[in-house]
Amino acid sequence: MISDYRRAALALAVGLGLALPAHAFTACQVTDVGGIDDNSFNQTAWQGVLDAQDQLGIDARFLESQAETDYEANINSLLGGDCDVIFTIGFLLGDATQAAAEANPDQMFSIVDFAYDPPLPNVLAQVYATDEAAFLAGYLAAGMTETGVLGVFGGINIPPVTIFMDGFAYGVAHYNAQKGTDITVLGWDPETREGLFTNNFDSLDDGRAFAQNLYDEGADIVLPVAGPVGLGSAALANELGAEELMIIGVDADLYQTDPERGHVYLTSIVKRMDRTVFEVIETAMDGAFEGGVIVGSLENGGVDLAPFHDFAGAVPQELQDELAQIRAGITDGSIPVGGE
Amino acid sequence: MSMQDTLDTASRKLLERAAPGRVDFENLVVVPLFAVVAALILGALTMLATSVEPATIGRSYLALLQGSVGSLAAISETLTAAAPLILAGLGLALGFRAGLFNIGAEGQILMGGMAAVICGFSFSHLPFAVLMPLCVISGGAAGAFYASIAGWLRAATGAHEVITTIMLNMISYRLVDYMLRLPWVQRPGRADPISQSVPPNAELPALLQWLDPNLRLHAGIFLTLLAVVVVYWLLFRTKLGFEFRASGASPEAARYAGMRASLIIVLAMATAGMLAGLAGANQVLGVLGRASPGFSAGIGFDAIAVALLGRSHPVGVLFAGLLFGALEAGGRQMQVDAGVSIDLIGIIQALIIVFIAAPLLVRALFPWGFRRPDSGDGRS
Repeated sequence: MISDYRRAALALAVGLGLALPAHAFTACQVTDVGGIDDNSFNQTAWQGVLDAQDQLGIDARFLESQAETDYEANINSLLGGDCDVIFTIGFLLGDATQAAAEANPDQMFSIVDFAYDPPLPNVLAQVYATDEAAFLAGYLAAGMTETGVLGVFGGINIPPVTIFMDGFAYGVAHYNAQKGTDITVLGWDPETREGLFTNNFDSLDDGRAFAQNLYDEGADIVLPVAGPVGLGSAALANELGAEELMIIGVDADLYQTDPERGHVYLTSIVKRMDRTVFEVIETAMDGAFEGGVIVGSLENGGVDLAPFHDFAGAVPQELQDELAQIRAGITDGSIPVGGE
Repeated sequence: MSMQDTLDTASRKLLERAAPGRVDFENLVVVPLFAVVAALILGALTMLATSVEPATIGRSYLALLQGSVGSLAAISETLTAAAPLILAGLGLALGFRAGLFNIGAEGQILMGGMAAVICGFSFSHLPFAVLMPLCVISGGAAGAFYASIAGWLRAATGAHEVITTIMLNMISYRLVDYMLRLPWVQRPGRADPISQSVPPNAELPALLQWLDPNLRLHAGIFLTLLAVVVVYWLLFRTKLGFEFRASGASPEAARYAGMRASLIIVLAMATAGMLAGLAGANQVLGVLGRASPGFSAGIGFDAIAVALLGRSHPVGVLFAGLLFGALEAGGRQMQVDAGVSIDLIGIIQALIIVFIAAPLLVRALFPWGFRRPDSGDGRS
C-alpha cells in the first residue's frame, strides 16, 4: 500500500521533472561561529561554493552559526529538500552532522575537518594533511627568526587545529637537527599535547593579547591557528612593524584576504577547502557521490605554503632551495612530518 | 508647572487608580505590540539603508513568519528556542520584582547545565524515572547556589548585585572551561573541552520525533509551562511572593513592616538562580546532550530582554519568550530564504528592547493606539 503511494509519488516527481526545466543544483553551507567573512576558515570553504556558482551555475545558500547551540538547528533548517548537498564547516559540527545524516539518510552531507569511523554512507568527509604544509612553515620560520624564538597558539585543542601546531613544531625541530641550532617554539608541546589556546574562534582581542604575550617572551614570528582570531595578531604586528613581529597565516592566503595588513604575513599555510568543496559539488552533480573521505595533501595541492609576497626578497635563496628539497622529501615520504 | 497641569496630573493619577485594568492593558499589551511593529519597520529601513532590495525585504519578513510559525517544524523550533529564555526570564523577572537587577543568569545557566550533565553521566545506571528528575533538580540547585552567592554578598556586605553577578559570570566561563578538561568530565578521546554525553535515560524526552526525527521539541516545554504557573503563584498568591514584591517596591517600608530584608534578598536570588539553572539543565538534557564552553550561548542576556519585555510578569515573560524564540527560529529561515544577515535579527531584537524601555516614545509614535490622557472622560 505504502509502496504504491511511493511509486505514484515517484512517477509524479519524474513527470514533473521532465515537464519543468531542470531545477538548479543547490549547495548549502553551515559555518562555524567565525562567520562566513572570517578571511580564513569559513570563507575559504565558502569560496569553493562560490566558485561552483560561477563555473557550474549552481544555487548557493549559507547559514552562519552564532553559537555552538546553533549547529543542529541550522542544519535542520537547511533540510527539507531544498539543498542537494549540505556542507558543514568544522570539526565542532561533527556530532550535529552525524545526527542529521543518520536521521536523513537520503540527504547528501559533506563535512570539513571531521572523518567518521566507520564512515557514514551519506557523508563525504574532507580532511587535510595540514602538518605537511605546516612543517614547511616551521622550517621557514626557523630559518627567518632573528631572536631564535617562535610562537604559536591555537583556537581550541582539537585535531584540525593541533595538526598545524604539530607540523610547525616538527618543522622547527627538523631545522634544529639539520643546522645544529636551538630555536624554540613557545605555545605548543607536541609530546604533552599542551599549549596555548584562546578557547574560541572569534575573539580578535584574544588574538592580539596572545600575540603580545608571545612577542613579550621574545617571539618574532607568530603562527595563530584560530581562524579570524589571527587577524587580531596581525593588527598587533601591523602596529609593531613587520621587522619586530611577523605572522604566518592559516587556511587562506591571508596576504590576499587581508590586504591592508598583507605586509605582516611571512606566508600562509593554506588549506584549499575551496578546492575540495568544489570537488565534492562536482562529484555530487555527476551523481557519483558516496560517503567516504577526501584527503588534501601537499602532493595533490590540498594543502600548501602560500607565496612569500612582500618577503620574496627577504627569504634567502638557500632557504628557498632547502624548502623545495623538503617539499620533495615530504611528498615521496622520505621526510616524516610527524617528528623523528 | 501651571496649576492646570498639576491638576491634570493629579486627576490622571486618580484615574489610573480607579481604572487599573485599562492602564495595565496598555502597558502590558499595547506598548510591547507597538514596540515590535516599530522595530520591524525600523529593521526594514535598516535593510533598505544597507541596499537590500525591497522585494528581498518582503521575502525576508515572510521567511521570518514561515520560519517561526509556518510549519510544525517551525513551531517546534520556536518552542525549543523559547523554553530556556522563558525559564531564565522568569528568574530575572522575579528578581526585578524584588528590586534585584540580576545580570548573572548566564553564569547560573552554565552552572545549572554543568550540574545536570555531570549528574547525567555519573548516575547513568539509574532508571529514567529517577535520573531525569534528579538531573533537572540538580541543575536548578546548582543555579540557586551560584546565584545565592551574589545574594549573600549583597545582604551581608552591600556589594551591588549588578557587579557581583557580572563577575560571577566571568568566573563561571573559566570554571566551565576548567571543569570540562577534568579527566572524569571530559569525553574520552577528545583533547578539547567537551563533556561526556548525557545518557538517554537522563534526557528530557523528545516529543515529536515519532513524526519526524528532525523535530527537536522536548519535554522541557512542560517544565517551562509549569514554571510559569509556579512563579505566578509564588509571586501573587504567597506570603513570600508578597515580601519579594514589597521589598522591590519599597525596601524601607518592607523593613518597617517587619520583613527580613537580608533573607529576602538571598531567597529571591536563589529562586532566580534556580530558574536559570533549570534553563541550563533544559538545554543540556533536552537539546545539546553534552556541555561545551559557551553552551549558554547568550541566553542569560537575552533573558534580561525577555523579562523586561514581559514587564516582569510571568505571563508576560511567557509571551516575550515565545516572541524571542520565534525571532530566533524565523531569523534562521530569513537567512536561508532571503540571504539576509542573521545580525539583522539581533538589530530587530535590540530595537524591540529600546522601544519597550521607552514607553513614552512608543506612545508618541502611535498616539492613536492609546487612550489620550487629557481627554479623560472617566467612562472606563
